[in-house]
Amino acid sequence: MDNRETALVRLTKAGIRKGADWLVRGVDLTVSPGEIVTLIGPNGSGKSTTAKLALGILKPTEGSAQRNSRLKVGYVPQKLSVDWTLPLNVRRFLRLTNPLSDAECRDVLSKTGAERLLDSEVRTLSGGELQRVMLARAIARNPDLLVLDEPVQGVDYAGEIAIYDLISEIRNKQGCGILMISHDLHVVMAAADQVICLNGHVCCRGTPSDVSKDDNYHALFGRRSGDGLAVYEHHHDHVHLPDGKVRHADGSLCSSCSGEHHHEEHPETHQKHGSEHAG
Amino acid sequence: MLDDFFVRAMVAGTGVALVAGPLGCFIIWRRMAYFGDTLSHAALLGVALALLLNVNTTIAVGGVSMLLALLLVALRRKNTLSSDAILGLLSHSALALGLVCLAFMTWVRVDLFGLLFGDILAVTKFDIAMIFAGGSFVLVVLAVIWRRLFAATVSHDLAAGEGLEPDRTELVFMLLTAIVIAISLKIIGALLITALLIIPAAAARRLSSSPEQMAFVAAFLGVAAVIGGLYSSLNYDTPSGPSIVVAAMVLFLVSLVPGGHLVRRIWAKRQGDRS
Repeated sequence: MDNRETALVRLTKAGIRKGADWLVRGVDLTVSPGEIVTLIGPNGSGKSTTAKLALGILKPTEGSAQRNSRLKVGYVPQKLSVDWTLPLNVRRFLRLTNPLSDAECRDVLSKTGAERLLDSEVRTLSGGELQRVMLARAIARNPDLLVLDEPVQGVDYAGEIAIYDLISEIRNKQGCGILMISHDLHVVMAAADQVICLNGHVCCRGTPSDVSKDDNYHALFGRRSGDGLAVYEHHHDHVHLPDGKVRHADGSLCSSCSGEHHHEEHPETHQKHGSEHAG
Repeated sequence: MLDDFFVRAMVAGTGVALVAGPLGCFIIWRRMAYFGDTLSHAALLGVALALLLNVNTTIAVGGVSMLLALLLVALRRKNTLSSDAILGLLSHSALALGLVCLAFMTWVRVDLFGLLFGDILAVTKFDIAMIFAGGSFVLVVLAVIWRRLFAATVSHDLAAGEGLEPDRTELVFMLLTAIVIAISLKIIGALLITALLIIPAAAARRLSSSPEQMAFVAAFLGVAAVIGGLYSSLNYDTPSGPSIVVAAMVLFLVSLVPGGHLVRRIWAKRQGDRS
């Protein structure tokens, strides 16, 4: 993890505050070339915010966010709404931030299974179609770092697997680093090198291969979605209240909780970070 | 040729419309119509300052509009009031301040009606030079920032994430809008400048299948509206600004007729065939 020279992006104890509330705090994260880092966590846990800190869209209030100079980024945002007044077809959208020939447009769309959409209006695409087109656009840049904010939302089941295969393939072929946000835990398990669980701060992290050998694997990353919820129940011994305060399991309140938590119940599945924050 | 006031007005109006079309497309794509209104209302304050300091009106108006644009950006970053409340506050304060200042200057006679609604008789050769110099500058800068500005318009986050620095591009765009407002003041009047930005662009929407095409069509429709409006202004002795806006509105209504949709289909098909 400590490849200080080669890391594409590095967050060091990064946090961002909006008004009086911390959106995320104390996030340490690096993405190296050829590495897939996946962020998981409940709604409002700061996954997208962390990705935006890594991208430099948001500036950290504390800590630091460093990117390799001249880093070429491909970004698939969580949302994209195209106004009716904007005539924008897929071909033009693919050329949004870098020039592409028609052949390149077709080629990259066929990779994401969207070649028939080349002349469609972007605002008429379905959720899954838009996702495929946005991914195609990001890949077409030949990025050093690919940031994917829920890349398979709205994509059908067969398409989901194809897209995750594609993401792994791009990593292997182009050697780019990938920072991904996903809810789909078993696919996360298959593709990610490092999983980081967020809940306003880094709750826990680990490599999925270590985790999968563990007895607690099914409790952590169960195959069925119902079991998947156990992940969050297990990790989160506290609740973030709307006013930014934190309520712990024993009922005590505190104003913030920077730093990663120490999970005594399953020490083998989590790297212990408590000590580095204490020091 | 330029000795005829009507020819001068026509040349000036065409110049303004050619710039207003493409810029207006971004105004409607970005939902900044009220921003344009705010800047144009502040134009009156610029006129008052020009008379007070005895400088060129277009330059004073451009300066005041640019300052206001910068002030808006600064206020918006502070996150105190909502964006439209800030716009409303600045817009009407500037308009009122301009009118009060003009009323105080009893030693100058100002044609307020002409300022608010445009006056084709007032266009001088120097104004034409200003319009074409300023207009060419705006179009050149717009062409340079086009790709970045368009990417920022589709998604600010996406443009920021991929290193296009959308904040800077958007600031440049706001300053360009201020310049266009300054050069359009005499032709169309402070109250109606936004209409020349928005209506031709809106009319172009249904006739276009790509953003670049929409910019060209908007410029063309704007010129048509200026020609139609100025002729009716001359014939029926109506103020030039409202006449141009009415002509633009007629073009917009025509674009709503189902035939417009057909034109766009043919365009799209031809584009598809070419590739």
